[in-house]
Amino acid sequence: MAKKMNYVQAINMALADAMEADENVLLLGEDVADEEGGGVVKVSQGLSAKFGTNRVKSTPIAEEAIMGAAIGASLVGKRPVAEIMLMNFMTVAMDQVVNHAAKLRYMSGGQTNVPITIRTMTGAGGGAGGQHTDMLEAWFAHVAGMKVVTPSSPAEAYGLLRACIEDDDPCLFIENMPTYWTKGEAPVPGTVIPLGKANVIKEGNDVTLITYGRMVMESMQAAEILAENGVSVEVIDLRTIAPFDAETILNSVAKTQRAVVVHEAVRPFGVGAEIASRITEELFSQLKAPVQRVGSSFNAVPYAQVLEAAHLPTPDGIIEAVKKTLD
Amino acid sequence: MTDSTPSPSDLLDIYTRAYRIRRNDEEFHAAMMSGKLGIRIYYSPRGQEIIPAALCNHLTDADYMVTIYRGVHDQIAKGIPLKALWAEYAGRIDGTCKGKGGPMHVTHPETGNMVTTGIVGGSMPIANGLAWASQIDGNDRVTVATFGDGASNIGAFHESLNMASLWKLPVIFLCQNNLIAEHTRYEKGTAVDSIADRAASYNMPGIKVDGNDPVAMWEAAKEAVDRARRGEGPTLIEAMTFRFMGHLIGDPDEHWGEGEKEAALAKDPVPALREQLLSKGLADEAQLTEIEAAVNKEIEEAIAFAEQSPLPDLAELNTDVLAEG
Repeated sequence: MAKKMNYVQAINMALADAMEADENVLLLGEDVADEEGGGVVKVSQGLSAKFGTNRVKSTPIAEEAIMGAAIGASLVGKRPVAEIMLMNFMTVAMDQVVNHAAKLRYMSGGQTNVPITIRTMTGAGGGAGGQHTDMLEAWFAHVAGMKVVTPSSPAEAYGLLRACIEDDDPCLFIENMPTYWTKGEAPVPGTVIPLGKANVIKEGNDVTLITYGRMVMESMQAAEILAENGVSVEVIDLRTIAPFDAETILNSVAKTQRAVVVHEAVRPFGVGAEIASRITEELFSQLKAPVQRVGSSFNAVPYAQVLEAAHLPTPDGIIEAVKKTLD
Repeated sequence: MTDSTPSPSDLLDIYTRAYRIRRNDEEFHAAMMSGKLGIRIYYSPRGQEIIPAALCNHLTDADYMVTIYRGVHDQIAKGIPLKALWAEYAGRIDGTCKGKGGPMHVTHPETGNMVTTGIVGGSMPIANGLAWASQIDGNDRVTVATFGDGASNIGAFHESLNMASLWKLPVIFLCQNNLIAEHTRYEKGTAVDSIADRAASYNMPGIKVDGNDPVAMWEAAKEAVDRARRGEGPTLIEAMTFRFMGHLIGDPDEHWGEGEKEAALAKDPVPALREQLLSKGLADEAQLTEIEAAVNKEIEEAIAFAEQSPLPDLAELNTDVLAEG
């Protein structure tokens, strides 16, 4: 039986292997060193012991300073991996991310670049309420100069994180909190999954589901149920949200002529809107139905379990959206 | 003369840098007013020349500077080549940033001009990162973050000084206190009498100095640079100065009391240093005239260079966004 590993273990392994491979790879963030517990969910456990507290640095709770330190060091040859504990805390570091990390390459006419990776976790489902579990990927995808990446399995987490760390641009790497301890196939050490390439997880002929992150799981469940009802679904995992792999999406939708975009983020102004629009621009005359979008309801993430569950997309909701394209 | 006070050649060097800043400012200002070269925005540093001129006497190209939109004096003092600077202001392809950054984002890593930010407070967090890299590499490079008095009220100041002190980073926080933040006077925006006092909150030395006094400024900068090079950590310098030209070009700058601005203008630090060099016999008229002529020639050549430099090709619009283009 193949070896299994959860996300926490896979990400830890990616960080360790990246640090081993390149001495310029540094880690910084709140509580990341072993003395502070090796990260709030132990993602960086053992790394300061192995690589020293010069390279694995616990920081004050100061997201703007964390981001600035990563950016500054990256300008002169380092490859810092900054952990922003939760995606909602990215809001505190927005000036450094949006005005500086994303733009320094362009504004300097290519003289400098910012090879940083920002690791951040998020995702609703655990009752953390309105300020700890938002999916804000569209904000960053909307800024020229950023790459936005999210894995859908532990092995992908390994390969995509290695790619982000090796990449010469600022990469936002989004980890899903509720599925951290879900096991999958163990990554093969040294495997780097290229950025900007989507993965066709399941081939099908009737409709294309385009998704990423945790919603890959929900989409696959929906696809299985639909298969039992004779609907053949193609499922695409974007892996890289920005810049997204338009070629793979368009090739698939040209074949199926129907598309549904699924994400955990709220629907308005989301990644789904961008992808739906792109499909419509390119394939309007070939589409058999309008492109559908599935996302969380447009409100803050609620606390009460019954409300939180109603807020999030479900396989049933995805099936319903698929059926709309089939009518 | 001990090495804790500037030598005559140090003072002459400070004058040369300050004169270069002042003359460039006059020419930038004139170009803005006439529309020549199509310069679209300019923040004058007049009145603040001595601060970076004295600081940079202690620095080399290997040391890093992170400055702000009103930072052309810092860049010139740090040795940025004038031709590329002028071409950048004119939005030409031979500019430091191919015309894509402009006056608020001038960058020139070869001279240590690493980042120029248009965001108040944005310089300090990045300076920490540059200093952190130097610390890891074990070299003796110093990083200077310059900013104004207004930036000391933004959260990034607090986060950055705290982290720099905790990590003993080789960084200098150089606050150029020109007594006004955009259009709000110091005392209406800042709750403490002295920004240098804030250093106590971060367990680092805070030095308040007359930034327009070349000797005092040189000495303060030396203390901070030496401390950073020895690996003893950061220093906050509050260099007192005065902004001569308002926030924006054409700004009526009517925020001062009766005679307040006139008194500051009367103490223009660049001619004052010239006077001092002559009266103390540290330089003679012929020497200074020669320095000034060389600077003026350099500026003339820089302007001519910018004028003949082509506009960026439209293909530049979408390059340098990501590594792939």
